Amino acid sequence: MSFIEKLSTYQLDALKEIGNIGAGNAATALSKLLNRKIDMQTPAVRIASFDETMELVGGAEKVIVSVFLRIEGEAPGSMFYLFSPEQAEQFVHHITGSDEFSFTKPPYPEMGLSILHEIGNILSGSYLTALSDFTQINMQPSVPSLSMDMAGAIISEGLMELSRESDYAIIIDTTIQEPESETEDIEGHFFLLPDPESFERIFTALGVNDQ
Amino acid sequence: MNATNQIVKVGIADVKLANAPDTLRTTGLGSCVGVVIYDLSIKLAGMAHVMLPDSTLSRNGELNKMKFADTAIDLLIEQLLEKGARRYALKSKIAGGAQMFTFSTSSDMMRVGNRNVEAVTERLKHHRVPIIALDIGGNNGRTIEFSPESGILKIRTVNMGESEI
Repeated sequence: MSFIEKLSTYQLDALKEIGNIGAGNAATALSKLLNRKIDMQTPAVRIASFDETMELVGGAEKVIVSVFLRIEGEAPGSMFYLFSPEQAEQFVHHITGSDEFSFTKPPYPEMGLSILHEIGNILSGSYLTALSDFTQINMQPSVPSLSMDMAGAIISEGLMELSRESDYAIIIDTTIQEPESETEDIEGHFFLLPDPESFERIFTALGVNDQ
Repeated sequence: MNATNQIVKVGIADVKLANAPDTLRTTGLGSCVGVVIYDLSIKLAGMAHVMLPDSTLSRNGELNKMKFADTAIDLLIEQLLEKGARRYALKSKIAGGAQMFTFSTSSDMMRVGNRNVEAVTERLKHHRVPIIALDIGGNNGRTIEFSPESGILKIRTVNMGESEI
């Protein structure tokens, strides 16, 4: 039996708290960066099959923009910021003050991609710093990598480590929204996917380790 | 042709078979590899969506055979033979094995696309199933659909358009 089936409600709540702390900070950072109000929903801890994981962002074929990075240190894992291409374009337009950047046809302008990388850097930095301070676990983000492609192709990269242990992923998912936005499509996800060996360290740090 | 033909969906770490006029489809292959093995004379095909190269990578006792290149291909061939495919007539087409992200501080898992392709190729060779066509590597996702009727594998990408092999 994999460790996922043995998680207690108490432990799941602790993971939710992890999402709260990290994503709260990241949403604040994003809000400051864009000088806009950003709403964050209470994170959900989802235990999902790999196919279900793709469904969370609209299916394996849905085109998404993603900033992906690996967490290195004592509790390794994967982290994603997932946006619709429209949302990512809007971020770039807002920061550059120009609406030229577009994902309609490659090659995409370097400046826009660089801004999205930087957004990824700032968000992951603030998410992980908050988490690291709270848990006293040493975590560093790798340099983020950007991709616009099918959700299945992108997210499966973050499932590789987990897939050695299980057919399910534990996803700490926080949805962010812009409350003033008129388009329905404007929605982003923070996905935190700890590697199997990280759970024990996180639970020990939070004092909810049952074993 | 036939209005009632079905698209059989193959999930991640999944193996499915289909007879013409039905087709086999798997979506959003990144570093995963889609393996199609078919016997055109009886219009039967099977598809695997392989995630990891080698079942020894598993850290769990209960193995999902459909997840690893070696075990998934063994299973696929076994099921095809059970359904009447003839071993010597089997042919294959493969697609996927991309590297979606590049990292300077990469772990082995980040190069899993290449390793998946190598493992699939190796296993097909072991079973003496020739690879008729392939579309592998690069850094883009792929959705593939195979027709056991024509033996054509359609490949769709976001940035590079569609192709047939």
